[in-house]
Amino acid sequence: MKIHEYQAKDLFEKYGIAVPQGFLAEDFKTAQSIAEKIGYPCVVKAQVHSGARGKAGGIKVAKNQEEFEFHAKNIIGMELKSIQSGDEVKIVRKVLIEQGVNIDKELYIAITVNRNTENIVIIASQAGGMDIEEVAESNPEKILKEDIDITKGLSQENIDKINDCLGFDCSNVIKGLYELFVQKHCSLVEINPLVITKEKTILAIDGKVNFDDNALYLNPELLELRDINEENPLEVEASKFDLNYIKLDGTIACMVNGAGLAMATMDLIKLANKAPANFLDVGGGASKENIENAFRILLSDKNVEAILINIFGGILRCDILAQGVKDAASTLDIKIPIIVRLEGTNKDLGAKILNNSEMKFIVAKNLDEILKALGEL
Amino acid sequence: MTIFVNKNSTVIVQGITGSQGAFHAEKCLEYGTKIIGGTSPNKEGQTILGLPVFNTVSSLVEKLGMVPDVSMIFVPPKFAKNAILEASEAGVKLIVCITEGIPVLEMMEVKKHLAKNGTRLIGPNCPGIISSEECKIGIMPAHIHKKGPVGIISRSGTLTYEAVYQLTQLGIGQSTCIGIGGDPIIGTNFIDCLKEFEKDPETKIICLVGEIGGDAEEQAAEFIQTNMTKPVVSFIAGVSAPKGKRMGHAGAIISGKKGSAQDKIKALENAGIAVCTSPAEIGVTIRKLISNI
Repeated sequence: MKIHEYQAKDLFEKYGIAVPQGFLAEDFKTAQSIAEKIGYPCVVKAQVHSGARGKAGGIKVAKNQEEFEFHAKNIIGMELKSIQSGDEVKIVRKVLIEQGVNIDKELYIAITVNRNTENIVIIASQAGGMDIEEVAESNPEKILKEDIDITKGLSQENIDKINDCLGFDCSNVIKGLYELFVQKHCSLVEINPLVITKEKTILAIDGKVNFDDNALYLNPELLELRDINEENPLEVEASKFDLNYIKLDGTIACMVNGAGLAMATMDLIKLANKAPANFLDVGGGASKENIENAFRILLSDKNVEAILINIFGGILRCDILAQGVKDAASTLDIKIPIIVRLEGTNKDLGAKILNNSEMKFIVAKNLDEILKALGEL
Repeated sequence: MTIFVNKNSTVIVQGITGSQGAFHAEKCLEYGTKIIGGTSPNKEGQTILGLPVFNTVSSLVEKLGMVPDVSMIFVPPKFAKNAILEASEAGVKLIVCITEGIPVLEMMEVKKHLAKNGTRLIGPNCPGIISSEECKIGIMPAHIHKKGPVGIISRSGTLTYEAVYQLTQLGIGQSTCIGIGGDPIIGTNFIDCLKEFEKDPETKIICLVGEIGGDAEEQAAEFIQTNMTKPVVSFIAGVSAPKGKRMGHAGAIISGKKGSAQDKIKALENAGIAVCTSPAEIGVTIRKLISNI
């Protein structure tokens, strides 16, 4: 789960990491009164779940009231398209207004999971700022990756090495960030830049925190930080029925069980020179109702020209799936072709249910026949 | 011969009284797996499927007077960490964890403990392991499997079934088939399985089914090039996946410039591995290579 910068900064403060003074506004008037209170220069920062907001024009410094009004009006409500959000456009509904800072140095610090060593890794660099991704590519020696064994915890030696790399004593930041990462089961915490001001204070100027969805039950208060405005409405709807759905921009909707087979099915659609309209893993424990809802969600995507159902029943029984599809089809007016492939547990029962429905299905016995059917659409 | 499990492996089921645990324990028994008992908190003394139930693995070990070879875990995610550690502490050397949804940091901790105890874990979030016509420890549909020369390793569940199905349809059987799981941190990786398949005389060819995210496939490619004499066929799911989106498995995220299907395919091809471009061609590609052995 992702959260906004202002929410990340609230968490930083709770863990003893200082951030610039700032307040949140959802409209211009509130933004104006905040600016008057904290004075100039100040920074207007679009709050959307996307990196590289600055490059997309979502972060602006205002030296005076005139500049502030110009930027605030621009950014509030703007449609932000960043290089890190793919083709998705995000509407800016909230802005963070922050006091300007006298920057001396911009550092980088982040914590994530090192899948290779199976440790927690703290990543630090003196090359903070916007282009850390490029630094990682072109000058990897400027970046320290310090592994922490979770069963031993953060040691003084770890902290010393990171401070050495940063060239400044950031012990409190390192300790606070590590504690936040472990206690809240984050998948990523990042401060970029971590600023050393001309007054020699340390401030987290920008922050990103992602949580491990599987661990949210351990810290249920974090669920309140979810902002469904930042998610695709169809994905939000799907999540209510425990469906693993991701909206894509093609025309062939697909319903599959299992993430790997779902991806392979999308690949198959691409091989047929078509594009998938979504990723959908209905999972192993899907009920008839879940399948019915999945079908409804697929059909509510206006780009969809055909539906492909590819099920390899293991835990999921083909008859349950077929009944859900049949029930959905009887309540929805479906005019587009549906290709169905059922294999595995109770496939004959499933086929019988579909044969007895009023809908005409294109039946495929295997992946080759799916390819052929896609080609004939 | 097979790898990790065979017809003599003794197996217990943690979470045997739950609906999933009971259902799949029964299916495994039908396949011929030697299940000798199970655990479930506060259910000691009961029986299910004709098998004795104990509160804990250590109680099971004490009362049955033996340490089982394998434990298959079906407990809900919030109890999974302790279930794995409990089996390991009781001396079980192979744990197959089917449970999906265990927090990454908990798995990190678990793996450090398992390394100390010398316990192998398969999974979590996996379909399990099956040595055809000998022993099934997991949730895979039994009827699609057939004994034969192909060893299968996969990060996915249903996509593994697809590969097995295509092979069996062509009359080609499998030695052992392992779903290693789709999470960022897993117990047994591609390389662990490749090493065992290389040593197993029954396995003549290996099928490696990968997907986007992480660099396990790239590492496997490197290992295969320098250490494997047996041919390997691969398919990588996710060529069509958009960047940065999470495709079901927590591990399947393409972050930055790493983990794309294209990178993985390139690494595998450079190592001389036959990579199928279509998931429909896994079976026929293996058939072609087998005829050359």
